Order: sequence, then structure tokens, then C-alpha cells
Amino acid sequence: MLSRGEQGPPPLLTLEDVGRAFDVSRPWLNRVIEGTPRQLLHAVDGVSFEVRKGETFALVGESGCGKSTIARLIVGLYAPSRGRIEFDGVRISDPETRVATAKLRRRMQMIFQDPYASLNPRWRVRDIVAEPIRVLGLAADQAEITSRVGVLLKQVGLAPEDGDKYPHEFSGGQRQRISIARALSGSPDFLVCDEPTSALDVSVQAQILNLMTELQSRLGLTYLFISHNLAVVSHVADRIGVMYLGRLVEIADAEELFARPKHPYTRMLLDAVPDLEMSGRQRTPVAGEVPNPLSPPTGCAFHPRCPQANERCKTERPNLIWRAEVASACHAVEENRI
Amino acid sequence: MSSAPATVLEIKNLSIEFPTRRGKLLAVDSISFSIAPGEVLGVVGESGAGKSVTGAAVIGLLDPPGRISGGEIRLEGQRIDNLSHDEMLRVRGRRIGAIFQDPLTSLNPLYTVGGQLVETIRTHLDVGAGEARERALGLLREVGIPAPEARIDHYPHQFSGGMRQRVVIALALCAEPRLIIADEPTTALDVSIQAQIIQLLKKLAREHGTAVMLITHDMGVIAETADRVAVMYAGRVAEIGPVREVVRDARHPYTVGLMGSIPKIRIASAKMHAPLVQIEGAMPRLNAIPPGCAFHPRCGKSFDRCKAERPEPRAVGSNLAACWLYE
Ligand SMILES: Nc1ncnc2c1ncn2[C@@H]1O[C@H](COP(=O)(O)OP(=O)(O)O)[C@@H](O)[C@H]1O
Ligand SMILES: Nc1ncnc2c1ncn2[C@@H]1O[C@H](COP(=O)(O)OP(=O)(O)O)[C@@H](O)[C@H]1O
Ligand code: SF4
Ligand code: SF4
Ligand SMILES: [Mg+2]
Ligand SMILES: [Mg+2]
Repeated sequence: MLSRGEQGPPPLLTLEDVGRAFDVSRPWLNRVIEGTPRQLLHAVDGVSFEVRKGETFALVGESGCGKSTIARLIVGLYAPSRGRIEFDGVRISDPETRVATAKLRRRMQMIFQDPYASLNPRWRVRDIVAEPIRVLGLAADQAEITSRVGVLLKQVGLAPEDGDKYPHEFSGGQRQRISIARALSGSPDFLVCDEPTSALDVSVQAQILNLMTELQSRLGLTYLFISHNLAVVSHVADRIGVMYLGRLVEIADAEELFARPKHPYTRMLLDAVPDLEMSGRQRTPVAGEVPNPLSPPTGCAFHPRCPQANERCKTERPNLIWRAEVASACHAVEENRI
Repeated sequence: MSSAPATVLEIKNLSIEFPTRRGKLLAVDSISFSIAPGEVLGVVGESGAGKSVTGAAVIGLLDPPGRISGGEIRLEGQRIDNLSHDEMLRVRGRRIGAIFQDPLTSLNPLYTVGGQLVETIRTHLDVGAGEARERALGLLREVGIPAPEARIDHYPHQFSGGMRQRVVIALALCAEPRLIIADEPTTALDVSIQAQIIQLLKKLAREHGTAVMLITHDMGVIAETADRVAVMYAGRVAEIGPVREVVRDARHPYTVGLMGSIPKIRIASAKMHAPLVQIEGAMPRLNAIPPGCAFHPRCGKSFDRCKAERPEPRAVGSNLAACWLYE
């Protein structure tokens, strides 16, 4: 199912057939009284992709499609219900190997959408940034910690003196810089970034995106970049995975995806992006809404909204099929109908 | 167009302040603009620029202690900034409709959608119950609620976020207002739903001849919907003009920076990863607005005069820009 391009660096992260279901049943007593069955919500279902060393792989899709769940599965905040996750060739998704892989996991860090929620409000910034250095024993003494923290703060565009302040004394953009400094302080090589600029104003977003790009090339980082914003993704991503209702529907190089989108949902998402250049390009009006994940449509989950849907689409679920460097989960693409 | 179009909304030198223990904070500092019938004026800017308080002042819903400290607001020629509470109640709903980011702030969870529409229609228009329900059905159909005959008796929680926002738009239209204030109406919605709501607003403004003040931080929404756009910065209007001119040919250095900082989808990969334009720093807090041009500490083009004297909007091509470069 996975195709690794002939060229290109080896994968740093591999997900294979990963699924995560949440039990969202009503309490037992209600179920007995009302005669309702157990209910599982398949937040992530049969997802396979790989992130190659040094690249930015982006996941896009509308809210609720499972992006954050994937991020949490990767960094170990959730355990998968099925499938495997490998980091640098070692399986990390297995509960039995958690201890053995703890060291490996230190090489990954996560950046969240809300920088305030992820920073301890009672700690000074220098202690927030120093914590991973202390926990991992990366510095010999206090003097070395201080100098490392200073370097990290400068690296993200803050001053070493900012370390004396508390998070609330900073603006949203500066707080996101602090969380990036903290994420980098344990010298990771892989960052999972979940909507890192979605809460920021556009001019601040530009500062953070530029900073992330610069840090990536300077430190040789690999990014999994999650966003609902296709324009942001087009700006940072080397490769892109498009998700719909818990499943990947398309994977392609960024250039290819924007120039020649194949999957009807990818096309629809692109048509929904406002035309900021006011080029007047022709677009198909977007129709319908994302269905309830508790009762997803049969066959291809996109079929009720898809202009290309036919009988097969209503009954048979399309698999992600690789053709050259593009993978699409769509019968119409497979049948060369579109 | 030979005769000047009548304006629905006219704002002249409007200032809004929040008195605090440490002095008055000027959230809006002498702004002026107008909106014509059927016109969508986009009001764009980053958070804290003063967009929402401007909208709230127009509908008479400024949070106390916030108050209008100068200037005037006219609706179809009549001053509405000095009306009594009761007089304003009659203007709001009847002549001005409102749409907010969270549809649940406008909907009562305890009443059916139809009940709320009928009540609003009968409050403002002299019609019987039967006719009000017919109108409510027509409105639901017009805003794109599928099977309105069945949906009219449902409660707000039975609708998806996008459908709820359509219901709120129907509510805002009930009394056939002359003006709609829409404050971030699509911000909480997914991109595909956002596109649908934008199209709907645009169509309704055109068909009903309603003037719309569309407040948003999202330049993309503005580009898709607005006829003209006012760019706000630190409580002032930096630039105002036809949307095409502002989006593609901005004059004010802040607008230029703002446009450049927005990621755009470009097909060629070399361009895709080029760094975004950066405006250094952040918008000042209200207690630290710089003298002269409020943008000068962040402006690459600032010169001596910018630090001392405040620039007023002046005509530059088809736009008005508040910038000394165009003196
Ligand atoms: N802890 C949880 N318990 C139950 N349902 C959850 C939980 N976390 C996420 N979900 C559900 O899983 C789906 C995917 O959520 P999420 O991964 O947060 O999507 P995204 O980040 O793409 O918006 C949603 O329907 C969401 O409601
Ligand atoms: N109730 C209030 N008390 C004090 N300041 C307020 C209040 N409401 C808004 N402000 C201030 O007024 C300014 C403009 O706010 P707002 O109009 O909400 O901005 P925008 O909608 O452009 O993001 C901000 O600096 C904000 O902090
Ligand atoms: S499988 Fe069928 S319904 Fe699904 S995206 Fe392809 S054509 Fe549309
Ligand atoms: S007035 Fe001066 S500081 Fe202000 S935007 Fe123009 S050039 Fe820049
Ligand atoms: Mg998420
Ligand atoms: Mg606002």
C-alpha cells in the first residue's frame, strides 16, 4: 500500500493502517433503558503515510477529520486501536515497547494551536524553556542551562532577558515563539505542529511561518504540519495528505496537488479557497456539509457531496491507490473517469 | 451613474472610548466611511483594530463603560448615535440586522427556529400569524435550508453550525432591514461552509438592496464578498477603496504589508516557499498608541513627519490612504 518514491530520502516516520476509535456510547444504564447500542466514533481509520527525513509533510482537511488525533497518536498521547507507527525504523505504537522507545520519543516534540494553554502560567519563560534540558540532563550545570536558554530564545527572535518574564506578559505570536523554543530545547529532529498559526493574526502568522522555515533549514528538522488552511499549507509543505472523515483521500507532492488535484474532495477544497488575487478563475460552487462521523455514509464517505459519484461509490469503499507519486482513494480516478 | 447614490450608513469622525482607572482608552479614533444601498463594505484588520466596537456602536450595543466620545452615525440621513434606549430598540431589528460569529448568541435554544422567526417578523411588521409563518418559510428557503417545511419546527441544536448561521441570516432579514452588520460571520465555519455563506450574503445584499458592513479579519472573505474595503489599524482607517484596488494595488504601507503577509496558493514551487512579507513587531496596545502615524514604528517608509503629525485619509487614485507618502 505504501509506495516510497524511488528518489527521495528515507522515511523518518511511518504510519501503516493506523486507526483510532473513541467510545462515545451513552452511559450503560441509559443504553439498557433506551435500548441503544454501544457507539464507536472512528476518528482515524486506516491511515497510512510516511514523513521523509528533512521534509514538511502536511495534513489538511476540515475540522473533525482526524488531524489532531493523528498528531496525538504519533507523539503517544493516544494509543492506536489498530495499525503500526514507526519512528526511524523502530515501532513505537506498541504499549509493550513504551519504555524501550521513550528515548526515541524525545526526538519528537509537539507545537499546539493555543500557545497559552501549553505554557505553564506560573513559570518564568526561562524555566519553561529549560525544563526539557533539565529533564533530559542535557547540560552539565546551571551556567550551561542559562547559556543554552539564551541561545534558544535568540533563535526564535526573542531576547535572553525575556526569560525573566511570565507567559502572560507576551503577545500571542511571542508566546508561540516561546513554545517553539521549548520544543527545540531537547534538540529534537521531528516536530509535530498542530495548527501552530491558526490562532494568530496574519501578520504574526507570517513571522512564525518564516521562523519555522528558517529553523527547519538551519537545524535540519522534519515537520508534520497540520492545518485546515490550504494556503498556509501550500506555503510550507513539500508533500500533502488530504483527509476526509478520518481517512486519507489523497497524498501528493505540494506542487502536483495544487496544479493537478485528482480527488474530488481535494478539488472542492481548492475551489473553496477565496480568490485573493481576484483572478476571476472559474470555480465549482461548494455543496453540502461534512456528515456526522457517528453515521458516515456507506461506500465512499464523500459520495453524498461528490459530483462524480455513481452506484459503485455508494457501496464500495475506495482504497488509497498509488500511481506514480500520487495516491488517491477514488473510484473515478481509478477508472480514469476524471 | 450621474446622481450620487444615497447612503444607507454614514459614519463621520466617530470616536469610541473606554474610560478606565488609568485614563481613557481610545479604541476608535475619528473614523469616517459610508455604505450605499446594496453595497458590501468590508471592514478588515487584525485583532484589536477596533472593528467590532465600530459595529457595536452602529447597532447601539457598545459594552459599558464603552461610549461614543465624538462624531456621528447616520442611518438613511437620520442620526442614530444619540437615540434613547427605546428608540434604538426599534431601529435595531427593524432597520438594522445583525449577524455574529457564533450563531448561538442570536438564537434562543428553547424555541423552535420557526417560532423565533415568526416572533421577530410580528414584532417588526404588521402581519398575522399565518402570513408570518409563510414569510418565515420563504426566508428559510431563501437562505438555503433544505426541506424548510420540516426544518421550521426544529430547535437550533438540531442544525449544524453552517445551517445555524443560515438561520441567523434569515432572522437578520426578517424585518427587511436597510443595513446588516455582520461581525466575523464565517470565522467559526469550515472553509467549504464559509464559501457557501459568503455566496449567500453577497446574493442577499444584491437582491434586497441591503447595505452590509462585513467585519472580518480575513482578507480572503473580503476579496470574495466586498465591493469596497476599509482597512483598520489601531482604531483608525488606514486605507479605504474599491476592493480590487485595495487587494491588488494597496497604497498604504500597512495594507501593502498585510497583503504580502497572507500566504497565497501559487503553483510554481519556487514561489511557493519564498518567505512571506513580514511586518516587524505587533499592533500597539491602546495605552501605547504612538504619536503621529500610529503605524510609524513598524513602517519601513516612515520619515520625520510621520512621528509628529497624524496623516488624514487623502485621495490616492480611487483609494483614500492616511499616509504622508501621498501628501
Ligand atoms: N477524546 C475524544 N473522545 C471522543 N471523540 C473524539 C475525541 N477526540 C476526537 N474525537 C472526535 O474525533 C474526530 C476527529 O477529531 P480531531 O482529530 O480533533 O479532528 P481535527 O483535528 O481534524 O479537527 C471528531 O469527530 C472528534 O469529535
Ligand atoms: N469592554 C471593553 N473594555 C475595554 N477595552 C475594550 C473593551 N472592548 C474592546 N476593547 C478594546 O477596544 C479595542 C478594539 O477592540 P475590537 O473592536 O473588539 O477589535 P477587533 O474587533 O478589531 O478585533 C481593543 O484594544 C480592545 O481591547
Ligand atoms: S469514490 Fe466516487 S464518490 Fe468517492 S470521491 Fe471518487 S467519484 Fe466521488
Ligand atoms: S504616514 Fe509615514 S509611517 Fe505612516 S504609513 Fe505613511 S510612511 Fe509609514
Ligand atoms: Mg484539530
Ligand atoms: Mg472583533
